[in-house]
Amino acid sequence: MSILVDEKTRLIVQGITGREGQFHTEQCMKYGTTVVGGVTPNKGGQTVLDTVPVFNTVKEAAVKTKANATMIFVPPAFAADAILEAADAGIALIICIAEGIPTSDMIEVDKYMKGTDCRLVGPNCPGVISPGKAKIGIMPAHIHLKGNVGIISRSGTLTYEAVGQLTALGIGQSTCVGIGGDPIIGTSFIDALGLFQKDRGTKAICMIGEIGGSAEDEAAYFIKKNVTKPVVGFIAGQTAPPGRRMGHAGAIISGGQGTAAEKMKTMKKCGIKVVKSPADLGKTIQKVL
Amino acid sequence: MKIHEYQAKEILAKYNVAVPNGILVDDAFEAKDAAKKLGTGVVVVKAQIHAGGRGKGGGVKLAKSPEEAEKHAAKILGMTLVTHQTGPEGRLVKKVLVEEGMPIERELYLGIVVDRQTSRVLIMASEEGGMEIEEVAEKTPEKIFKEVIDPVIGVKPYLARKIAFALNLSGDHLKKMVPFIINLYNCFVKEDLDMLEINPLVTTSDGRVLALDAKVNIDDNAMYRHKDTLEFRDLDEEAPLEVEASKFHLNYIKLDGNIACMVNGAGLAMATMDIIKHSGGEPANFLDVGGGANEEMIENGFRILLSDPNVKAIFINIFGGILRCDILARGVVAAAKNLDVKVPIVVRMEGTNMEEGHAILKESGMNFVIGNGMKDGARKVVKAIQ
Repeated sequence: MSILVDEKTRLIVQGITGREGQFHTEQCMKYGTTVVGGVTPNKGGQTVLDTVPVFNTVKEAAVKTKANATMIFVPPAFAADAILEAADAGIALIICIAEGIPTSDMIEVDKYMKGTDCRLVGPNCPGVISPGKAKIGIMPAHIHLKGNVGIISRSGTLTYEAVGQLTALGIGQSTCVGIGGDPIIGTSFIDALGLFQKDRGTKAICMIGEIGGSAEDEAAYFIKKNVTKPVVGFIAGQTAPPGRRMGHAGAIISGGQGTAAEKMKTMKKCGIKVVKSPADLGKTIQKVL
Repeated sequence: MKIHEYQAKEILAKYNVAVPNGILVDDAFEAKDAAKKLGTGVVVVKAQIHAGGRGKGGGVKLAKSPEEAEKHAAKILGMTLVTHQTGPEGRLVKKVLVEEGMPIERELYLGIVVDRQTSRVLIMASEEGGMEIEEVAEKTPEKIFKEVIDPVIGVKPYLARKIAFALNLSGDHLKKMVPFIINLYNCFVKEDLDMLEINPLVTTSDGRVLALDAKVNIDDNAMYRHKDTLEFRDLDEEAPLEVEASKFHLNYIKLDGNIACMVNGAGLAMATMDIIKHSGGEPANFLDVGGGANEEMIENGFRILLSDPNVKAIFINIFGGILRCDILARGVVAAAKNLDVKVPIVVRMEGTNMEEGHAILKESGMNFVIGNGMKDGARKVVKAIQ
């Protein structure tokens, strides 16, 4: 089994006619994801990648294709609007790859989403993949292997690193969820942990955090109370200087808060196997399985 | 994006948030004129740099006459101001703000931030103005009053009153404080701020409330819709190499070590710094070349890394996803040739088109050290400088 994404996923892509949107749609299709349509305002009626119909609005796409998931590839200035449009159309799973959305837009989005049954993953994330089933996102599919380790991460390439180590050891993944590097995101560590705990196909969980905010601490307390499966964790930015934004909008130690040392301490206290070196993720997961 | 105090106050004034009258000058003689023009007898001369703790460092001085203002300005202008936020190298002061003196009664604190836990805007208020709020939060957290704002209704008068009462305000001060808080919140939202801190917010004996100081951070992601505030960017306040990197859409932060690193992705870049440290080395920088790097960006990245004289070796750690290893390898070979790189280069490449990438490095005939995995790469780069 897996979470969020599988054979039943019917995907539309917002921003499908753009260069990146089209490229990654094709990659998802090659991996086996069922792509049922795309949305680009004013380009409705066209067909891209030979078979994929383009619609003007998400609502129209949802009605005509019975889509249950969307992947968003629109420029940051329009991304919040795209998320809201998808939620308004009732798309159950909204995965926003777009990076650079203003925080104030996301505050509004978050408020609106809480009144719907839709789930947002991201923004500023690589997406979600359930190896062997389907992928929605920009991750290199070939490094993955079908299996029973669930991965949750704030970072893209660092997730690939963990996946690469696991696959090299012959250990597969149930689902890999990139929750995104922004200060305000849809699906949190806690949300994804809850889903993995319930998923019978997941035997162990790997949680990759970074400096900034307190999401990892909250997740650690949640794990202590609610998660019975073994969890291995890593925090990037142990050597990051305070007050500097390390690439991701959310990766900043401010006012002495959100340091790696602090997070690692809380995680250890809550029973998570914390690795100091990112190179030890794979073999530590192998040990707990 | 950080801006200066005088710029922050310009923005606040646009939203009818009360600030003291002030005049910005860049020479001491003008400071004297400014003090005369303000006509308040007492004026304050304040160094304009992007760092807190200016008062303790000698960058803020009270003057009782225009002549004294000139004297202070002469001392502050051109000085290298060192505060707990500037680092030991300090910052050169090029401008001072000459501001009217105030009959201050109380010093309060008001801060607005984005609270990640609730995904909302959070207003923090405290009667302990003039102190570092982090210090107050640590020692006496009960002295900070917090209010989470619902984005649909924003700050309404009842909420502003609640905060004002929590600060023990009454009479004229209370009446002035309510619009002050509402306007401040509106400014925060409309200007897309990350952080707005008024410390101190003062009440005066003649019944006013004013922002005596103002610290503002603007959300970088929202700069596209604030072209006017973009002009407030002061490149002199940023590290030259970081400014150079930003021209090529490279995310670079200089650190104190001697092992330079070039990585794709922010999380992996941080993890690479971490593993260098665990392997006994010290990272010289953070550099994320991003997912869409091309040969030109990689060459520019190299040039920036090598501009740091401390750098003794380079560690390239790439997990190819969208960024293909063959593209990276071509960029690395071209850069190493064009820039005549003398320091050892350790390359760890995995992911998309990894074999092609390694073949390109090998065929170049140059002396690259190949790392098998992150750990091996880190170990080899540390060894290379020993």
